[in-house]
Amino acid sequence: MALLLDIASWALLSIGGAFVFIGGVGALRMPDFYTRIHAASLTDTMGAVLVIFGIMLQAGLSLATVKLAAILLFLLLTSPTASNALASAALLAGLRPSGEVATDEEQST
Amino acid sequence: MYYVVTIATLATMALALARALLGPSVYDRVLAANMFGTKTVLLLSVIAFLYGRPDFLDLALAYALINFIGVLAILEFIRRRADTDSVDNGSGY
Amino acid sequence: MVNHPAVGAMRVALLLGLLMAAWVLWSGQFLPLLLTLGAFSCLLTVYLTRRMGYFDNEVFALRFGVRLFSYWAWLSREVLRSSLEVARVVLDPRLPISPQTIEIKATASHPVDQAILGNSITLTPGTLALDVHRGKIQVHCLTQAGAADLMSGEMDRRVAALRQD
Repeated sequence: MALLLDIASWALLSIGGAFVFIGGVGALRMPDFYTRIHAASLTDTMGAVLVIFGIMLQAGLSLATVKLAAILLFLLLTSPTASNALASAALLAGLRPSGEVATDEEQST
Repeated sequence: MYYVVTIATLATMALALARALLGPSVYDRVLAANMFGTKTVLLLSVIAFLYGRPDFLDLALAYALINFIGVLAILEFIRRRADTDSVDNGSGY
Repeated sequence: MVNHPAVGAMRVALLLGLLMAAWVLWSGQFLPLLLTLGAFSCLLTVYLTRRMGYFDNEVFALRFGVRLFSYWAWLSREVLRSSLEVARVVLDPRLPISPQTIEIKATASHPVDQAILGNSITLTPGTLALDVHRGKIQVHCLTQAGAADLMSGEMDRRVAALRQD
């Protein structure tokens, strides 16, 4: 059982680490500001969730798990808010996103 | 096994730092700083278990709070500054 | 908004209880001095929150609990799917992105629901909510597939369904 937990937590940690690293590479590779936010949000969501779940499995049922859950919840609540604030500030300052504008007018839901 | 994550996180922090130095706009730099901050939170959480010191988790939470407030404060500062200077700050400094 | 005084008092008590629990959990010590400081800071926080008008508006209440959990389960699947998609795009040497800005409808009219929709869009890698006005959300998408996914309007429907009784 302990071995199984170790394997699961190791898998979560390494996949999470991979996502974090891929997001970092993306933030460096992407051509403009708005596309870079997408790469950064990859590290904030998948990366953080997987890594923290991986550590939680190691911590077991303890106070540390509760704290980790609080950290994760806080990260998940604030990271989209920060991205939104960043994007709308850039938009207001006149930094235009590339690509065409389309609407969903044509389809009625 | 924590070393894998620690190294990945540190590498990403280096990449974020590179983005912060490259810019080109001030928003890219704020984005990179935000990314650096959230990676610090992850790094602190991992280090808490790597060295078996659970009190690092409190630091991680405090850092998450400060990072979020800090980003919003910087954005507000940039906006005010752009307002008073009345220049288009798309291309940073 | 319906705002019964008893409901307001209950929400103040709830917040106070939550804050005190958080304090005790984090400090883990029961010295009289620390407990007094904790009680003081909790009361101060509740007072400031009240002054900010937090209790005047009806927010997303806990009575949507079960539905919110099933929404989170669906959102997690979406996040997983689009994370893999974005990771694939980043790792592709040709970097096959097609950035575009689209505008989608937000059926839910309550500000909190619109915030949930906008945050869900941003939380999903590959889509980023830029601006909300008059029931329309402007979204920046990294790829054509992500834009098409959002255009199908499933997220909008699910968020709107959260509040229906």
